[in-house]
Amino acid sequence: MNSTDKPILEVRDLKVEFDTYGGTVQAVRGVHFALAKGKTLAIVGESGCGKSVTVQSLMGLIPSPPGRITSGSVRLNGREILGLSPKEANQVRGKQIGMIFQDPMTSLNPTMTLGRQITETIRVHDGVSDAEARKRAIELLEQVQIPEARTRVDQYPFQFSGGMRQRVMIAMSIACNPEILIADEPTTALDVTIQAQILDLLKTIQRDRRMSMILITHDLGVVARMADDVAVMYAGQIVEYGGVQQIFHRSAHPYTVGLRSAMPQNDEAQSKMLKPIEGSPPDLFDPPKGCAYFDRCPHAMKVCAARNPPLWDVQEDHLSRCWIHHKFATSSTEVFRSNRMGQEWEIQK
Amino acid sequence: MNHAMNQPLIEIKGLKRHFTIDKGKTLHAVDGVNLSLHQNEVVGLVGESGCGKSTLGRTIVGLYEKTSGEVFYKGEKLPSRYGAKDFRRLSREIQMIFQDPYSSLNPRMTVREIIAEGPLLHGLWTNHNMVANVGNWLRRVGLDPEHMSRYPHEFSGGQRQRIGIARALALQPKVVICDEPISALDVSVQAQVVNLLEELKDSMGLTVLFIAHDLSMVRYVSDRMAVMYLGSLVELGPSNDVYFRPLHPYTQSLVASNPEPDPIHEQSREHVVLKGEVPSPVNLKPGCRFAGRCPKAVAACQTVTPQMRPVGASQVACHLY
Ligand SMILES: Nc1ncnc2c1ncn2[C@@H]1O[C@H](COP(=O)(O)OP(=O)(O)OP(=O)(O)O)[C@@H](O)[C@H]1O
Ligand SMILES: Nc1ncnc2c1ncn2[C@@H]1O[C@H](COP(=O)(O)OP(=O)(O)OP(=O)(O)O)[C@@H](O)[C@H]1O
Ligand SMILES: [Mg+2]
Ligand SMILES: [Mg+2]
Repeated sequence: MNSTDKPILEVRDLKVEFDTYGGTVQAVRGVHFALAKGKTLAIVGESGCGKSVTVQSLMGLIPSPPGRITSGSVRLNGREILGLSPKEANQVRGKQIGMIFQDPMTSLNPTMTLGRQITETIRVHDGVSDAEARKRAIELLEQVQIPEARTRVDQYPFQFSGGMRQRVMIAMSIACNPEILIADEPTTALDVTIQAQILDLLKTIQRDRRMSMILITHDLGVVARMADDVAVMYAGQIVEYGGVQQIFHRSAHPYTVGLRSAMPQNDEAQSKMLKPIEGSPPDLFDPPKGCAYFDRCPHAMKVCAARNPPLWDVQEDHLSRCWIHHKFATSSTEVFRSNRMGQEWEIQK
Repeated sequence: MNHAMNQPLIEIKGLKRHFTIDKGKTLHAVDGVNLSLHQNEVVGLVGESGCGKSTLGRTIVGLYEKTSGEVFYKGEKLPSRYGAKDFRRLSREIQMIFQDPYSSLNPRMTVREIIAEGPLLHGLWTNHNMVANVGNWLRRVGLDPEHMSRYPHEFSGGQRQRIGIARALALQPKVVICDEPISALDVSVQAQVVNLLEELKDSMGLTVLFIAHDLSMVRYVSDRMAVMYLGSLVELGPSNDVYFRPLHPYTQSLVASNPEPDPIHEQSREHVVLKGEVPSPVNLKPGCRFAGRCPKAVAACQTVTPQMRPVGASQVACHLY
């Protein structure tokens, strides 16, 4: 959270629930962050921890029922955008915030050619002629590396590969020059060379237009390349927040450390099994009253079961939700080994 | 069937799958693939987006009719077009985990119904032990058994992907084609799923074709790694050789683009970007398909299509060798 720049987007205490057959799921439990103009915030975290639901609520896209936003505030350039009418929300979505959805197949219309879907987006927002919009659509497809864009523009989604559909989504999201781009797993289906080109494209657009970006991804290599700041989420809350270097080289929260040690190493001799974090995430029907990571944490203390830790400042602009940062925490947890980078880091007191 | 020990479990010979697109044009999605999978082996398959990996997988499991070429399973030649009986018999043996988790799950069925459908049909489970079995598989992919009466839309992207994994594995197939099976999972759950595949490989001799774009993970899980470019294989060899000592210029550019989880390195490095026209599987030119973008191309590359040739423990289709 860069204190000098006035943020373009500010999210405070966001809480989202869903009613299901078995009870109410507390999917997002008080999320707080700010996005600065021209910067990229990456959100990483466990599968099912609430990343997509968080960004869908910014976009006014939580289906209700069964979902509802029970508290919070989201300010875009100072203006509250939670609780806008569907029409107003629609305008914000197209013009100010663009979104790349995690699931391209469900967000593309299977009965319409891809060209039409892109031109409609362009025409709704820019009001240009049919021919002009079609020309733009072809250019956009070329920018996202679709071969023979001129022919491909008249094909249907089922005729595209998984990664090609993902790139069409990217083309549509940048078509209307949004101020903020929210990208939910935008490159999961792309090979690394095309991924690199797409990431470069996003970076260029970001630089030219001072676009801000929220990037959700599980690929820590992509985070390393793209992010200025990183929020690590676990069980509906942010558990660590900081600059990208701090998160990778000075990981403070035990979950972040566990995540990093689960990755395979690029080491020819590696033959041991991968090390997933033991155990499973808590049930969000009935979240624990202490720390949500307690059951799985190698550093757990008594207090962790009883009370959810606050976000501590471990360094300037680096926050971590863990009792080990308390100044009276026992010595056994003082030295935190970050096993991937092989450095030792004394917890700041 | 007369299936000898050293014979491959699956043998793919000259397999082609073409699509007719508008104005009588032909798209060569899979264009002459030769590949064997041995019992208990994990073969990784990587390649550019759109190069034909999913089409290859779908053709192997019979979802697409073969344009030409053959697939043998335990020495038996599989039909080039599957009928209902073939699906019923072969789906028990060869399963596929689909790339698009959401559109491959029936939205009107609960997770319990989705996972139990196959095993009940094949008489592996009874109505009596079904709930326990479903719960067990959910747990193995890191999902909460209590959620089995939920519908697919009530899950996150990565949770849906794991439902697809549980559904395919619950049939206890001999072969599983995994199409980007872990792309929506966080690295800890990825590790859990990969360890599960290894465990099944040891305990029931599972054979896996592992399609993915995360090169570090593919190298780690696979015994051999195949690199595909525009419809055919360009390199095939032991994973460590392909990853650490790539031969084909395309493989080299792939490995060089692999992002490292280190911001200092990533934000300062020169990114190698493939230059040249993006090739199309519709208008195929003679010669090597990578020639237009290859930094090392020589004259022969423009005219003569290179064939796979052995180099060390690998095979590579490139005129440089
Ligand atoms: N419509 C819904 N009904 C009930 N529960 C839901 C619904 N949508 C999401 N959830 C639950 O909310 C939680 C958060 O889901 P979300 O999609 O935000 O996860 P995510 O962090 O994006 O995960 P992934 O990385 O797997 O995509 C999950 O546990 C999910 O099961
Ligand atoms: N049903 C279809 N009709 C027409 N063309 C198709 C069809 N399915 C696939 N294609 C084309 O075949 C080529 C290969 O597609 P495929 O889905 O196999 O690629 P892929 O290697 O899996 O890519 P990705 O990594 O992006 O998923 C692409 O050019 C695609 O547009
Ligand atoms: Mg998600
Ligand atoms: Mg595919």
